[in-house]
Amino acid sequence: MCGIVGLFLKDRALEPRLGELLAGMLEVMTDRGPDSAGFAVYGPGEAGRIKLTIRGSDLEGVAQALGQALGSPVSAVPHDTHMVLLLAEDRETDARAWLAEQRPDITVIGAGKRIELYKEVGLPGAVSARFGLAGMAGTHGIGHTRMATESAVTTDGAHPFSTGADQCLVHNGSLSNHASLRRMLQPKGIDFATDNDSEVAAGYLSWKLREGATLAEALEDSLDDLDGFFTFVVGTENGFAVLRDPISCKPAVMAETDQYVAFGSEYRALVGLPGIAQARVFEPEPARVYAWERG
Amino acid sequence: MPVVDLASTSRRELNGALHALAPSTHETHWRVENPQGQHALAAGLDAPVMVEIAGHAGYYCAGMNKQATVVVEGNAGVGVAENMMSGKVHVKGDASQSAGATAHGGLLVIDGNASARCGISMKGIDIVVKGSIGPMSAFMAQAGNLVVLGDAGEALGDSIYEARLFVRGEVKSLGADCIEKEMRSEHSELLQKLLDAAGVSDKVKPDQFKRYGSARGLYNFHVDNAAAY
Repeated sequence: MCGIVGLFLKDRALEPRLGELLAGMLEVMTDRGPDSAGFAVYGPGEAGRIKLTIRGSDLEGVAQALGQALGSPVSAVPHDTHMVLLLAEDRETDARAWLAEQRPDITVIGAGKRIELYKEVGLPGAVSARFGLAGMAGTHGIGHTRMATESAVTTDGAHPFSTGADQCLVHNGSLSNHASLRRMLQPKGIDFATDNDSEVAAGYLSWKLREGATLAEALEDSLDDLDGFFTFVVGTENGFAVLRDPISCKPAVMAETDQYVAFGSEYRALVGLPGIAQARVFEPEPARVYAWERG
Repeated sequence: MPVVDLASTSRRELNGALHALAPSTHETHWRVENPQGQHALAAGLDAPVMVEIAGHAGYYCAGMNKQATVVVEGNAGVGVAENMMSGKVHVKGDASQSAGATAHGGLLVIDGNASARCGISMKGIDIVVKGSIGPMSAFMAQAGNLVVLGDAGEALGDSIYEARLFVRGEVKSLGADCIEKEMRSEHSELLQKLLDAAGVSDKVKPDQFKRYGSARGLYNFHVDNAAAY
């Protein structure tokens, strides 16, 4: 099963409420995915700085030690088992190398100018509460509630998956050719942290984007190259996109108003959104890419 | 008229109350407020009553319906009126996948579009869609009538046994063993009745439609047809 939610704001006045709205949507999808939950929020960024979302059981003092090693300030915002590190953009490679060497217990789960990414095993309401999703602001966000099929119930197997800067993907479905795709992508420099099929879809899109495709073009190509069933919701620094497989195996409902574009696996996830009664509610067509970009 | 507000009453209480109605009930007109996309609303009814759902419904709305008239004033989720036996279901918005699936009887009218697999395995229901239908509609249809005022998606009527499919617009492609058939007078008369029942016969005429049905080539296994199964 699995549940997906996504919210892309057009009206800046709603940005302070992004997390609150997304948390409400996510919790409604508990009965589609009680194993684990996760979400990505595109919050404010700072020029010349990059955010690394890290996960680990002992994160105290990491920012300070990393800052000393880099000789460049690193600030940190802790959220339970996760922490968002903010550091100079040109020090990302050094920071990753230091973390890999000095703190192999820590996983970097997302990186980019604006993306922050959180995921844990547990009921969606508990997961969003422990990270304080309701208090987060941003322009767009994507969430996922997982009922595991292709790989184990672990935090690593929770969505969203991020395989490129400011990119993330959530997936409802299951891919059949993920092993061969992974073998095709690895020599091209796309790294995978898990055995999960959905991470391969994320990596595939990252590869296409790196090669110069737009988000919409990358998704178009995925229709030819991915075998299986899927509904994807994808986020980039300024973009938001939705794609369903050609036989629309997995459910999807969208709502659009002047204020936002919203996605839910079921309409129930959307009922708490402002002005939903007047929204254009529609079911995205199979094999058709829906993409929005912030101006 | 009983009014049930699902903001304060559970769906089980609603369905329980509807299931408890005797055939001779005087509570023949129900209104359901704040449905908020909940699943299985007004499913399993078996009494000659009218139930109006004031908004969007979730999955399997009015499933297994007998006798009742259920009106959804918004969109309906997956499997609206699935396995309906008799009565009428009217969706004023769009319907999601598998509308009218496996249904044996009754009339399903959808004012908007229906997505994939509309009328899948239909067994006697009449379905009138005023908009268009998605791919793989009437898959393995066995009996009944599907009327589409708009277009039909890919693989219409794939592996169809029987059932009559009337489409006014474009058909993107026909599925295995589904062919266009001659529209004879008995079909025009039948279609006229269905258009009347759906309340669209003032603007829509039977001669605007094409009829599709089974070539009956896949009824029994034949090795020459192996690729088509």
